[in-house]
Amino acid sequence: MNIIVCVKQVPGTTDVKINKETNTIIRDEAEAIINPFDEYAIEEGVRIKEKVGGSVTVLSMGIPKTAELLRETIAVGVDDAVLLTDRAFAGADTLATSYTLSMGIRKLGNYDLIICGKQATDGDTAQVGPSLAEKLGIPHTTNVRKIEEIREGYIRCQRMTDDGYEVVEMPLPAVITVVKEINEPRYPSIKGKLKAKKYEVKTLNAEDIGANLNLCGLNGSPTRVIKTFTPVHEIKAEMIEGTAREQAEKLADKLLAMRFVKCR
Amino acid sequence: MTGIEISAEKCVGCRLCIKECMFNAIEIKDKKAVINENCSLCGACVPSCKFDAIRIESDKKQETVDITEYNGVWVFAEQKRGAVSQVAFELLGEGRKLADALSVPLSAVLFGSNLQDEANKLIAYGADNVYYVDHQSVEHYNDESYTDIFVQLIKKYKPEIVLIGATTYGRSLAPRAASRLNTGLTADCTGLRIDPEKRLMLQTRPAFGGNLMATIICPDHRPQMATVRPKVMKPLEPDYSRNGEIIHPDVIIPADVKTKVLDSVQTVCETVSLTEADIVVSGGRGLGEAKNYALVEELARVLGGAAGASRAIVDAGWVDYSRQVGQTGKTVGPKVYFACGISGAVQHLAGMSSSDIIIAINKNPDAPIFKIATYGIVGDVLEVLPELIKKFRERLD
Repeated sequence: MNIIVCVKQVPGTTDVKINKETNTIIRDEAEAIINPFDEYAIEEGVRIKEKVGGSVTVLSMGIPKTAELLRETIAVGVDDAVLLTDRAFAGADTLATSYTLSMGIRKLGNYDLIICGKQATDGDTAQVGPSLAEKLGIPHTTNVRKIEEIREGYIRCQRMTDDGYEVVEMPLPAVITVVKEINEPRYPSIKGKLKAKKYEVKTLNAEDIGANLNLCGLNGSPTRVIKTFTPVHEIKAEMIEGTAREQAEKLADKLLAMRFVKCR
Repeated sequence: MTGIEISAEKCVGCRLCIKECMFNAIEIKDKKAVINENCSLCGACVPSCKFDAIRIESDKKQETVDITEYNGVWVFAEQKRGAVSQVAFELLGEGRKLADALSVPLSAVLFGSNLQDEANKLIAYGADNVYYVDHQSVEHYNDESYTDIFVQLIKKYKPEIVLIGATTYGRSLAPRAASRLNTGLTADCTGLRIDPEKRLMLQTRPAFGGNLMATIICPDHRPQMATVRPKVMKPLEPDYSRNGEIIHPDVIIPADVKTKVLDSVQTVCETVSLTEADIVVSGGRGLGEAKNYALVEELARVLGGAAGASRAIVDAGWVDYSRQVGQTGKTVGPKVYFACGISGAVQHLAGMSSSDIIIAINKNPDAPIFKIATYGIVGDVLEVLPELIKKFRERLD
């Protein structure tokens, strides 16, 4: 079973603070991390490999620095890491990203399953997984919380829905995107860390993967960002004082008066 | 060549663009701004420059579609178990405004079987017509067949705008369809407007966990597609005297569908789901221990709402992941949101800050949740919640 896990480098968002004077985001040396959802995708790939054999390749499109993060994935059981990097890939929206990843995957060839995280924490679009599957002409299932069965040419999995879950089966090759409920990612072993240290990430550019430059990066992106701004939260909370009983009474009065809470 | 350029002549080294850059991609060298390799060409810096010194050039001259052939606004009306989802009515309310601004018709697209009444309801909620594909094979959502038929319809009727609810299914169907149509798609929009001069849809959405808003356009490709979160837009008052046409379009129902949905299980027992509820009561670490989550569920039940949770107590194993509200969980936008014993990390705020009224109950008066709350109660949730349950029970029953 040859598995490709697509990952994205994102800013470590935990230290996002707003500069109140300029109303912009302060990023202290914006530490980059692998998108947290992709960690579950990597873990699931490694688990499948451990169960049925095969290999796990991590694939990313990003700036050259991304290679450092990709190398670390070797420490948790990934066999190979490939970075697609080229100035021509810059400015890609989800459509151009999906195209570029699909060309990288075609170049790698011989794959059975592609796993992506549910979404990336910077853009939060959740679009690349399904869009990539389309570019490869293979089926996909999003929000997978459990793989019930996987074997040559077949996968059956549970997909989280808005009010429960459904059981979906697909022939392989296919794309799945995973939610964090699917597993608990492992910590790297000492042996793994040593292996990662020696590992050299493979990099491929637009020419290497035979990408049409009109479909990559900004050129291949139908969407354009025309404005960015930080949302203003200027709500001043009205504090409700008193004992717990008084506070509850006052709050209930307010909500009932506004008719948000209706009498039955 | 595609790229970003800073004119050394115009740049005064004021650093305004550096503040705007999310990627640490701009540095000052010799008192002039210089772009480094971190640049993703996102374009955020361009409008920040007061001196018009930054330009992004695209050398794209690919086959562009004739955008004038495209006309009308479409809403994909998701249905589950034979009932159209609430978000579809919300989208019709918003779609009506967009269609009126463009002076074009508003259409709903409905897949299912025996849904004549639901089709009529879509007209009552603002649709001028409904493209209704009535077939047993599309009773339940299926990525392959839905994408196939949806794309057939879009290619045939050429709408200029397509809106889809940002539900689990919508967020799967929309990117797959947009990818097949090679057009742009903006995820999870919270604001839509028409630029009357260019007849373009201006799509505003949160990014970076809600810390940044971006306005996005799709200038040269059609349709302009967007997903919109439930509970963001407002439905119209239904008017059953409205006239509209139900069209049964000629489509080829795909025969060889490889993806099969074997079983669909509803695990959320409440009458309303977390993402669709008007009232959400969420609990966090301030509850002290797992068994106290029952108070949160009880208040939700009394108010006819749904119960949610912070990531902390999901990770601690107190409640199921399906209840998690926040960036890595569900996004909710109810009329009233109760944050009980939740401090309000940015990741949590990202999942609920669009709620109309936010009520924060927390021991710590400095908890960040109070910064976005409408009403704040400083106190022990274990004391306040039982009182609230009691009060509402008295008043509502």
